[in-house]
Amino acid sequence: MLTAILVMVGIAVVIGLVLGWSAIRFKVEGNPLAEKIDAILPQTQCGQCGFPGCRPYAEAIAKGEADINQCPPGGEEGVKKLADLLGVEPKSLDETHGTPKPKSVAFIDEQTCIGCTLCIQACPVDAIAGAAKQMHTIIAAECTGCELCLPPCPVDCISMVPIAEDLPHWKWKHPVIEIKPVELKRVA
Amino acid sequence: MSRELFKFKGGIHPPGHKAESTGRLVHPAPLPKKLVIPLRQHIGNPARPVVNVGERVLKGQLIAAADGAISAAVHASSSGIVSAIGPACVPHISGLPDECITIETDGRDEWIAHGPLDYQALAPADLLARLRDMGLAGLGGAVFPSAVKLDPGAALVCPTLIINGGECEPWITCDDMLMRTQADAILQGVAIMRHLLGSSEILIGIEDNKPEAIAAMQAAAAKLDFAVETVSLPTRYPGGGAKQMIETLTGKQVPSGKLSTDIGIQVFNVGTAHALARAVHHGEPLISRLVTVTGHVLRAQNVEVLIGTPFDTLIQLAGDRDGTTGVLMGGPMMGLPIPDTSVPVVKATNCILVKSAELFPPPPKALPCIRCTRCADACPAELQPQELFRFAKSDDFGRAQEYHLFDCIECGCCSYVCPSHIPLVDFYRYAKSEIWARERDKRAADLARERHEFRLFRQEREKTEKAEKLAAKAQAKRAELAAAPTDASSSGASEADAKKALIAAALARAQAKKAETTPQNTDNLSPDTQHEIAEIEARRAKIREQARKPLESEETP
Ligand code: SF4
Ligand code: SF4
Ligand code: SF4
Ligand code: SF4
Repeated sequence: MLTAILVMVGIAVVIGLVLGWSAIRFKVEGNPLAEKIDAILPQTQCGQCGFPGCRPYAEAIAKGEADINQCPPGGEEGVKKLADLLGVEPKSLDETHGTPKPKSVAFIDEQTCIGCTLCIQACPVDAIAGAAKQMHTIIAAECTGCELCLPPCPVDCISMVPIAEDLPHWKWKHPVIEIKPVELKRVA
Repeated sequence: MSRELFKFKGGIHPPGHKAESTGRLVHPAPLPKKLVIPLRQHIGNPARPVVNVGERVLKGQLIAAADGAISAAVHASSSGIVSAIGPACVPHISGLPDECITIETDGRDEWIAHGPLDYQALAPADLLARLRDMGLAGLGGAVFPSAVKLDPGAALVCPTLIINGGECEPWITCDDMLMRTQADAILQGVAIMRHLLGSSEILIGIEDNKPEAIAAMQAAAAKLDFAVETVSLPTRYPGGGAKQMIETLTGKQVPSGKLSTDIGIQVFNVGTAHALARAVHHGEPLISRLVTVTGHVLRAQNVEVLIGTPFDTLIQLAGDRDGTTGVLMGGPMMGLPIPDTSVPVVKATNCILVKSAELFPPPPKALPCIRCTRCADACPAELQPQELFRFAKSDDFGRAQEYHLFDCIECGCCSYVCPSHIPLVDFYRYAKSEIWARERDKRAADLARERHEFRLFRQEREKTEKAEKLAAKAQAKRAELAAAPTDASSSGASEADAKKALIAAALARAQAKKAETTPQNTDNLSPDTQHEIAEIEARRAKIREQARKPLESEETP
């Protein structure tokens, strides 16, 4: 009887030590749930969700302080993915935060730009190149299309240009299955 | 022939329609007035133009160089003047334009200086670099840059080399005709591949509906000083698919997500072997290929076509007919509809198939899937097409990938047998391109996250740097003051005194600056201007007064 108890206590102590050690050794840095949410968010960093960037929004969702339908660039699909991750019912996008727009990049009219650097300070991803009193240019490959550079420009020389479909980015469309046979169409 | 053959799962037996285009001799197509040569004819990075508009180029001259590890060069197919570099229509189902170099030909077809390469004397790396600059890419349809495939890499040797003469797709006969007429040149190319890959076993797989090609290849192989086995394969679509041919010949299956080289096998198309021989033994880059022009035309035939020749020219050569309902690039199973027939022939163009309502009746109306699993029985990749269809249709791409969507070779067997006539392959292509687009978006998002985080880090760093600099400056000032007027504050220089002195010094500095920067244009004014200024000042004072009023009235109640 005593040996049995001792053995059980011994096992408990060993397991406890192992668990305690691994809790320290394999400590997860940061908030793993917020990481996962942040991985789903589109990283446009536009602030339309009401937070200063995607990461703060992710943290707010993780803490349960924000709803999952506040990110317009992520669209309905983003909401669905978040719902899947969090195990809640998907809902439709909250229109008060904005509606999804076609993907665009900012374009600076270089004739009008006065080189005030205000747009550089606004850009969350440093996608604008230029220096004081020099003409500024958008690095299109790095622009997320957040539109944050539009309001600060004193001469309104920045516009958003939708990304045109080119060959490397062309996508097959969802096939439309003919409802009417082709023969009928031709007779008509 | 004693070789034991294996059977891949699935497959179908569509009508061959090969005889239509094998009755005429292969001959060169006429030189067009204008050649439009796309820069993206291969898988990988598009080539980078190295000529300018207005420049005269010679036949075989490099006009765009390979860019990056997976890329192939592009050459002028004939002599002439470069008239444009920019977007032009290319053979693609979308009809979208892509970067091209347009050459107005001068009719002289003048070659650039070229000669054979002594490939055995060259180091393998040099030879591969030369081949890359020759623009070689797989001519079987995938157009993967050949120089990359000819590098055995870390394995150093690739024991088995398979030359694919399957040509299982109906209507197409360009490989058949090439084997009949150029068997020796193909085997010269095979010898170079053997040299580079160090292969000990070389197999040529040809479907048994091409007896002339088999005979020609066997006769040519008998003359070689190394062993090449020409194997006649049972005709069954898609027996010419690389994975299916590997399985038929060796019984081995390429594992999902792996390359055939991982199991020690490399596969090349016969056309690629021929192009390789032309490149090495004649110094001719890849500027032409055999194209089958067939279907609803008067004289179906195979022509030797310069890359960049418009489809129209070839269809006219073969005799266009009324009642054309469309043009496919490739065969009826895997070919892609081309909306605009003015597009040029590219390295991937093996067949131009002109459709008519009699030859290709429009597909009947699609019905819902009845889950009969006939598609699964026909699928050579051993997939579950009905499940893939279900997931692709409902945009459930994660599940589609779990069901090995990317193992689908888009052979079309499933659509062919489906009693509900569902265009299954269109759904798989749609799902694949959506998944690729998503991966692209994900990469862009990762980049944006990284840049945003770096920006936050930079702002933080700048803030601390600024604070440190200010602190250091203040420290230095204090030390200076503490050192100089020790006698003035003999009663123990307190911190407050030092600060007061600092402020006083700063004030003095500011005052001095102000005095310095009094506007220069206020001296020596005429009485008129003086008067004007006074008026303006008065107006300003009034406005200031008015601006203050509402504030006060707000405060008073
Ligand atoms: S709205 Fe979406 S993209 Fe914009 S900052 Fe918020 S989470 Fe990021
Ligand atoms: S350039 Fe303008 S639109 Fe583009 S990421 Fe920067 S701030 Fe946003
Ligand atoms: S063959 Fe057609 S109907 Fe039958 S299971 Fe496949 S997709 Fe469904
Ligand atoms: S197209 Fe894909 S799913 Fe259909 S039979 Fe061919 S490999 Fe299988």
